[in-house]
Amino acid sequence: MGRKKLVMVGNGMAGVRTLEELLKLAPDAYDITVFGAEPWGNYNRILLSPVLSGEQAFDDIILNDPAWYAENGITLHLNARVTEIDRARRVVRTEGGLEAPYDRLLLATGSNAFVLPVPGKDLAGVVAYRDYHDVCTMLDAAASHRHAVVIGGGLLGLEAANGLAARGMQVTVVHLAPWLMERQLDAQAGGLLRAALEARGIAFALSAQTSALLGDETGRVRALRLDNGTEIAADLVVMAAGIRPNTELAEQAGLYCHRGVTVDDTLQTFDPRIYAVGECASHRGVAYGLVAPLFEQAKVAANHLAGHGIGRYLGSVTSTKLKVTGIDLFSAGDFMGGEGTEAITLSDPIGGVYKKLVIRGERLVGACLYGDTADGAWYFRLIREGKPVHEIRDALVFGESALGDVGHGGENRAASLPDSAEICGCNGVCKGTIVAAIRDKGLFTVDAIKQHTKAASSCGSCTALVEQVLINTVGGAADVTPKGEKPVCGCTALNHAQLRQAIRDRHLTSIPEAMRVLEWRAPDGCASCRPALNYYLISTWPGEAKDDAQARLINERAHANIQKDGTYSVVPRMWGGVTTADELRRIADAADKYQVPLVKVTGGQRIDLLGVKKEDLPAIWQDLAMPSGHAYGKSLRTVKTCVGSAFCRFGTQDSTAMGIALEKDLFGMWSPAKVKLAVSGCPRNCAESGIKDVGVIAVDSGWEIYVGGNGGIKTEVAQFLCKVATSDEVLEVTGAFLQLYREEAFYLERTVHYLTRVGLDHVKARVLDDGEARAALYARLKFALGFESDPWQAQIADANKRRQFETLAV
Amino acid sequence: MNDWIRVCTVGEIPAQGARVLRQAGEVDIAVFRTAADEVFALRDRCPHKGGPLSQGLVHGKTVTCPLHNWTIELDTGNARAPDIGCAGHLPVRVEAGDVYVRLGRRHG
Ligand code: SRM
Ligand SMILES: Cc1cc2nc3c(=O)[nH]c(=O)nc-3n(C[C@H](O)[C@H](O)[C@H](O)COP(=O)(O)OP(=O)(O)OC[C@H]3O[C@@H](n4cnc5c(N)ncnc54)[C@H](O)[C@@H]3O)c2cc1C
Ligand code: SF4
Ligand code: FES
Repeated sequence: MGRKKLVMVGNGMAGVRTLEELLKLAPDAYDITVFGAEPWGNYNRILLSPVLSGEQAFDDIILNDPAWYAENGITLHLNARVTEIDRARRVVRTEGGLEAPYDRLLLATGSNAFVLPVPGKDLAGVVAYRDYHDVCTMLDAAASHRHAVVIGGGLLGLEAANGLAARGMQVTVVHLAPWLMERQLDAQAGGLLRAALEARGIAFALSAQTSALLGDETGRVRALRLDNGTEIAADLVVMAAGIRPNTELAEQAGLYCHRGVTVDDTLQTFDPRIYAVGECASHRGVAYGLVAPLFEQAKVAANHLAGHGIGRYLGSVTSTKLKVTGIDLFSAGDFMGGEGTEAITLSDPIGGVYKKLVIRGERLVGACLYGDTADGAWYFRLIREGKPVHEIRDALVFGESALGDVGHGGENRAASLPDSAEICGCNGVCKGTIVAAIRDKGLFTVDAIKQHTKAASSCGSCTALVEQVLINTVGGAADVTPKGEKPVCGCTALNHAQLRQAIRDRHLTSIPEAMRVLEWRAPDGCASCRPALNYYLISTWPGEAKDDAQARLINERAHANIQKDGTYSVVPRMWGGVTTADELRRIADAADKYQVPLVKVTGGQRIDLLGVKKEDLPAIWQDLAMPSGHAYGKSLRTVKTCVGSAFCRFGTQDSTAMGIALEKDLFGMWSPAKVKLAVSGCPRNCAESGIKDVGVIAVDSGWEIYVGGNGGIKTEVAQFLCKVATSDEVLEVTGAFLQLYREEAFYLERTVHYLTRVGLDHVKARVLDDGEARAALYARLKFALGFESDPWQAQIADANKRRQFETLAV
Repeated sequence: MNDWIRVCTVGEIPAQGARVLRQAGEVDIAVFRTAADEVFALRDRCPHKGGPLSQGLVHGKTVTCPLHNWTIELDTGNARAPDIGCAGHLPVRVEAGDVYVRLGRRHG
């Protein structure tokens, strides 16, 4: 049996992106044939404006050259417009008489410029602004003529006007609405924009309707007449008054179309063999005109074409950025507002800054920024993630930096940084390098940037900053799916939530089985997915799923932290930070015996022996005769305590004993990311409970429990969960919360990020409101912990396990 | 020069793992075994900053360095794009379950 045949009509951004996604998922599923009406391979249409203005060359914006199609075994027909789909016989035909049969057909015909139905519309010198051919026509006109009129003061029209002005033409923009970009901006921001463009020499006729185009004796346009009779000289007229989904072919074939080719959430049209993506498609009544939604559609369509059948497209929130150098403008979501919304505005006409934020209930739903767009990416993220913003509402309009970010998550102000500013501290990548890679290589995702520049590929703390640079460089074209919705890695199409779900629903208990059933693309995965899979398996099926040492990163495999020179650090557990003279003596002796280069008190109230040779690890563990501190694990780390009521004159409860009890109760717990606790004896909080995953603070009448704090890359204060009376309740609530986290969080997601995603109310409902549910969670934790023992003892006792520490000799 | 030496049995290397071969005065050698039981040998020094590749995570015919996640191809020692560098690989032969490495000649 031959392979199935996939035919794609329309060789543009949405279609080719779908093919790229499909080739990643199922490289051998189809023989692919592509028909494109244009004579070029796929290029980055949104960068036509810099080509027009002379800031980039056409070669720079090619995304897939003919060699790419050849390498991937795709038959490419350029200059080939498809004029007929024969759905009964399942073939398509071009106007040149080519034919291709299909099993699946992908329509990606984009849209057409809307041509005003006025007299003179067919004169020479009247063009649309849609493809490179149009750009060439405009450049010819700019070289030999003087006056240009652009009809339409939207995104496209203004970019055309700016480009033509940069090429030396005298440009007038004729616009029907009373202000510019009325679909992206409100009146005030539109006014600021107009002033800025007028300063560049562009003239405007607003609230103006075109009634006719007038030609000269050669049949070329010479002027444009408005309905009030005014005539404006014009040797070139650019129609940029809107786009219409290109449904001609689909309609001719009898496919249901309504404002585009109608598709369902899987991007399937009413004929199940035919899919449509991009600007030609109408999803839930919306046809998008920007690339970001198209990329999301491409992912889903590819998944279904590949036969995986996972994923639905649910529509997109879009953002817009005008690509006119020197003008900063950004809008996203529902920035006009209306019933049920409130607006926060900041207006500084002299400084040329205007900001409007639209809020519905507790959430930010829209933003419109002019002049200072540095926080555009941040607002866009708040809109997409739908996080409640009522607590930061007062400071919201002043931007993220006004929130006082001690230790930023890299989320502030990429736009204002100079090119030489270092973005990724781990790999020493500066902003200019990232911007250049985005431009030169046509990158749209943070992952692609990671691959090409290494930025954000190590500790990841600058990911948000890289995302900002991306958004600031390509605007709405940035493909910035929230982390949780992205596939775990390149080996699978599943995201973390789907993977967890599948492991639970299908009762998967080993990595090879999971990879087989879930159709992993690489036979044994990679360094990203194997550790995640291993955690999901053992946390979902404790006692049943077997821990796979080879799926753990080195620290968890060697039960010690690897150092930059390949030696290890050893951190024995000191329950609650309490030690004895005897333990200290053993530590001192071991340090001497194994010539430990550095003995250091850690920030976690215990002692670190740094620089131990791997071969010495089992022996030093034996000599120390203390349990593992798990300082290396995605697991319970430390429980910091203060002295509390035992000695302190302010102590209200025995915080040290509480801390020790918690640490013993949770010993051996693996978790999505590391977990740190602290117990303080009074609200002076000497154990820093306010920045721990679980922080407990003693008060006269009992214990207050806080969750989701973090003292690391971005300091986050823990949120108050509840107050309980007894230490048994502290153990139960803490255990139940951590078990919920263990069951629901994504691998490497710390409690603060998990809480941001699911909300504190969700946790309260599961852990506080329902006593039975709480007891059940706690019981599941205890059940899982029943299988754990001290890993150091386990390594010492088992000759097989010890072998990994021994070297071979010649 | 015929300097093939017997190192260990295949079974003594964990599948999807590695062992370290140490010779006085020489750079350590990492001997890897893949999930498909193929055996490869590389100098145990990542071309990036010298990380011990033997401690990395093995997947397919590659190992991811434990220090900063470069991915190195086991059969050539080359770093995977976009990274550039080579760890240097040594010829390996498996006979009747015994692993032999040829120490004299180093590729790359
Ligand atoms: C040893 C220690 C520093 C010290 O000398 O005091 C340390 C050392 C390391 N920390 Fe830490 N952290 C240490 C306390 C902390 C603390 C303070 C604390 O626990 O009270 C924090 C902030 C609190 C927090 O985590 O919320 C801290 C926040 C981090 C972070 C940022 C985590 C975050 O979510 O933002 C990382 C990076 C990571 O985990 O990805 C990190 C990562 C590391 C690593 C594992 C880096 C690495 O991958 O090699 C370091 C290992 C060194 C080693 O080989 O031992 N370390 N690290 C401390 C060990 C505590 C212990 O007894 O176990
Ligand atoms: C100048 C300009 C600037 C833009 N700037 C931005 C921006 O800043 N941000 C943003 O998000 N979006 C921007 N856009 C919009 C973005 O380019 C489009 O959303 C995107 O290109 C649509 O992709 P598509 O594949 O659906 O259609 P297209 O990329 O238009 O591709 C459709 C292709 O199908 C071909 N075709 C049509 N019918 C047939 C047929 N019957 N047979 C064969 N081939 C056919 C067409 O020739 C075309 O090549 C801009 C658009 C333009 C024109
Ligand atoms: S702050 Fe932590 S991760 Fe950074 S150098 Fe110090 S110990 Fe290492
Ligand atoms: S030393 Fe191997 S990746 Fe840095």
